[in-house]
Amino acid sequence: MSTDFFILMKSELSLVLIIFLLLFIKVWDGIKSNTTLLHLTNVLLLLHFLFGFFINSQGELFNGMFYTNDATALEKNILNFGTLIISLQSFDWLKTHKHLLEFYILLLSALLGMFYMLSSGNFLLFYLGLELASIPLAALVNFDLEKRKSAEAAMKMILSSAFASGIMLFGISILYGTTGSLSFSELPKLITGETLQLFSLIFIFSGFAFKLSAAPFHFWTADVYEGAPVSVTSFLSVISKAAIVFVFISVLSPLFIVAQSVWYMILLLTIVLTISVGNLFAIRQNNIKRFLAFSSIAQVGYILLGLSSGNTAGSTASVYFLIVYIFSNLGAFGVISLVASQTEKENIEDYKGFYQTNPMLSWIIAISLFSLAGIPPTAGFFGKMFLVTAGAGKGNYLLIGFAALNMVISLYYYLKVVKTIFIDKNENPLPEIKGSLSLKLGLLLCVAGIILTGFISMLYQYINTIFTF
Amino acid sequence: MTNLTLLIVIPLLTALAVLFCSDAKQIRWTAFLGSIIQLVYSSAILYSYTMERIAGNTSQMLFESRHTWYRALNIEYYVGVDGISIAMILLTALVVVSGILISWKMEILTKEFFFLLLLLSVGAYGFFISLDLFTLFFFLEIAVIPKFLLIGIWGSGKKEYSAMKLALMLMAGSALVLVGILATYFNTDIGGGVHTFDILKIAHQPISINVQQFVFPLLFVGFGVFTALFPFHTWAPDGHSSAPTAASMFLAGISMKLGGYGCLRVATYLMPEAAQHYSWIIVLLATIAIIYGAFATLMQKDLKYINAYSSVSHCGFVLLGIGMLTKTAIIGAVMQMVSHGLMTALFFGAIGMIYERTHTRQVEQLGGLLKVIPFLGVVYVIAGLCSLGLPGFSGFVAEMTVFIGSWQHPGMFNRIATLLACASIVVTAVYILRAAGKAVMGPITDEHYLQLKDATWNEKLASVLLIMAILSIGIAPFWFTDLISADTQLIMENIVRGITNK
Repeated sequence: MSTDFFILMKSELSLVLIIFLLLFIKVWDGIKSNTTLLHLTNVLLLLHFLFGFFINSQGELFNGMFYTNDATALEKNILNFGTLIISLQSFDWLKTHKHLLEFYILLLSALLGMFYMLSSGNFLLFYLGLELASIPLAALVNFDLEKRKSAEAAMKMILSSAFASGIMLFGISILYGTTGSLSFSELPKLITGETLQLFSLIFIFSGFAFKLSAAPFHFWTADVYEGAPVSVTSFLSVISKAAIVFVFISVLSPLFIVAQSVWYMILLLTIVLTISVGNLFAIRQNNIKRFLAFSSIAQVGYILLGLSSGNTAGSTASVYFLIVYIFSNLGAFGVISLVASQTEKENIEDYKGFYQTNPMLSWIIAISLFSLAGIPPTAGFFGKMFLVTAGAGKGNYLLIGFAALNMVISLYYYLKVVKTIFIDKNENPLPEIKGSLSLKLGLLLCVAGIILTGFISMLYQYINTIFTF
Repeated sequence: MTNLTLLIVIPLLTALAVLFCSDAKQIRWTAFLGSIIQLVYSSAILYSYTMERIAGNTSQMLFESRHTWYRALNIEYYVGVDGISIAMILLTALVVVSGILISWKMEILTKEFFFLLLLLSVGAYGFFISLDLFTLFFFLEIAVIPKFLLIGIWGSGKKEYSAMKLALMLMAGSALVLVGILATYFNTDIGGGVHTFDILKIAHQPISINVQQFVFPLLFVGFGVFTALFPFHTWAPDGHSSAPTAASMFLAGISMKLGGYGCLRVATYLMPEAAQHYSWIIVLLATIAIIYGAFATLMQKDLKYINAYSSVSHCGFVLLGIGMLTKTAIIGAVMQMVSHGLMTALFFGAIGMIYERTHTRQVEQLGGLLKVIPFLGVVYVIAGLCSLGLPGFSGFVAEMTVFIGSWQHPGMFNRIATLLACASIVVTAVYILRAAGKAVMGPITDEHYLQLKDATWNEKLASVLLIMAILSIGIAPFWFTDLISADTQLIMENIVRGITNK
């Protein structure tokens, strides 16, 4: 038990260790320089990320309450990696921020919550993890302390996330009432597909959809993304979304096996609605963060499309896509974060003529947007292709046609931003912007990921072997 | 040993090398050298291909190379060439060289310009050698976005509108292709429920007719958008006329051929029964495109629009040839693709060079160019004569072959379509001769023209290259037919098998 405990929970423990270390530094108040602190934290996060690759083993703790296997280890590594990149990219924003340590403590607590969620073998631990992942995030959204919008966003976030939790809890309680169990390993056997159980599953799914910001539960997304500091927005849109999708794959899909046809109908509706809403609203946005918020709603639709296949190809494609999505979205957010931290400008209009002054940053944002749009040779193309291929396995070509044509719509708004940056002329473009080394490293990782992930098929193969049972 | 992957690697390396150049002179020389190496290498492939065939190698594709890419989905990087692909590769190489030569004076964002041109060509080369549907689709899409940027940044007129329209329409086309490819993929079975993207395997393992009838329209229309299939041609006139010269050349010379090649190699070859079933629609649309394109051209006053609309008409011949489903017609279609590619690249090149000097493309305002810039005038006239199908030029051979092949189809409907298509040549003659007569001959309309300088060495070289290619097909068409006839034979066998199965 004792060694097992340390080995199986090593990711969580090492994260807790970092959190406490940062807390001690805060109390001790010995390191005054923000830059030193930031470098220290980045090194710690890097070590934590690397540590994720060693001494992995499978097993469960607390009578199946907590489990780990190759899949959860991989998922945690992906989340760690994303957090590391976000941390690198936040450098320029945080180096003058007074509450830098609190930022990290909250951020890592949220990450810890996600880890517990991923490893949970029981709805109780799952719910605990979910709350631990949501509440610190609401505090983070409020981290631009002087801005009213930031506070407003935090309020919206906490209310809607409480609402989602409530709905989900309601579903869980009905499920418990009808089956008498909360354990993920027992539940699939106990679910018979009676109406009340379907009801509860739909409630649980709605809770998930809230967190995923899938339509029609997406309303909080745009406002929160707009109000939150860019680094937090990127964490929300990438890491927390990825975590929910991972849980979705391992927890929710097995529960629905009994009610395949109902499940597929629900997913179908959600996919069509999510993709349309995301795309149609993204076209009309002026604020670049809101724009990315809606585009990320559309991306969720594609992830659900891959998951709708309900097979290995679907899970593999979704996880693969999320990795690509981390690279692409963080590439775009990294640049936006840099621009916002130095010029306070966040509108698409402001980027007119950006290419004249910042060619390098322009290319990075363009490559990221192309990857989000699924244009080859970027990795986004492969990600989208695999999702659509997985979805096509069901033989519903009408849906695939819908998804494919919606890629064209999404291309329209991505190209509009590219056009603003490259083609539109501007007398007073944004000044030349220089970022810190950390930020450049973060962007470099993203660009390298976008360019290489697609060509190198090893990653996909690896994920595929993990999800093949 | 010939390695086809080099066809992708050479332009890619050239494109990367361009990024590391410091000034405009280095950039254009790097791009030029890279494209020349590519042209030489393409010719070397043609040579070794001919040698292999003479030595009696009868396998369908030569120089194959196959690497597993994504094993779980059975996606392979699988390349190989037959005569048709080689013809297309040579066409691409020629157009790229001349396009780069004509952009010699590009001053604005030179590095980006040449980088995007070369990236576009990477997509085209990859597309023509791919034998795996996934890889093919990958390269098809690579060739779209560079066009958007090329037109948007360096274009003229309502460039933003045209660029967006072009990108969206082409992507919509490729979205249809995507659905078609996936539907094909999931209806193949190479044992044990494993699906395949391999074109040759799919061709030898026919897909059920119901599936074909669903998939064929997707694939054909999808690729058809690229080759300006009526009524999805509207991107072409705007795109061509707004694009900078080299991009117009690439667009009409290479990019539109991606569609024709896809219609032939993917749609028709893999779905022979459905091709037969929908043949009449293709013929109908192609005939409409030919006639509509020709008459629309009559109304144009801008040199670029004239050529753009006539491209719609000329690409109609490609689709007509494919739709007729006879061997001669398909040979004609391939010839027309190459011929139109060369001719239209020359045309756009000439128009671009004239525009650079006179700053106008309005036929009304031009006049007497032959007296002041004789070389360019002659180039324009040659391109025009090739376009209207004067014997001795490639246009004549290609169109004649399409007509003869079409006439071989015994159906009344097809005969009428053939007759109408033939008649369109008269209209072609009208608009070509009118434009050439006014702009090139005639009195000098503007005294500034007297100071104009004739073509520089790079422009001459580009024009001469293209003209030589046009003439060699025109004078010795049998070289070309020998190259592609064996492969069209194979495509025909598939189609005939489809007909007899029915």
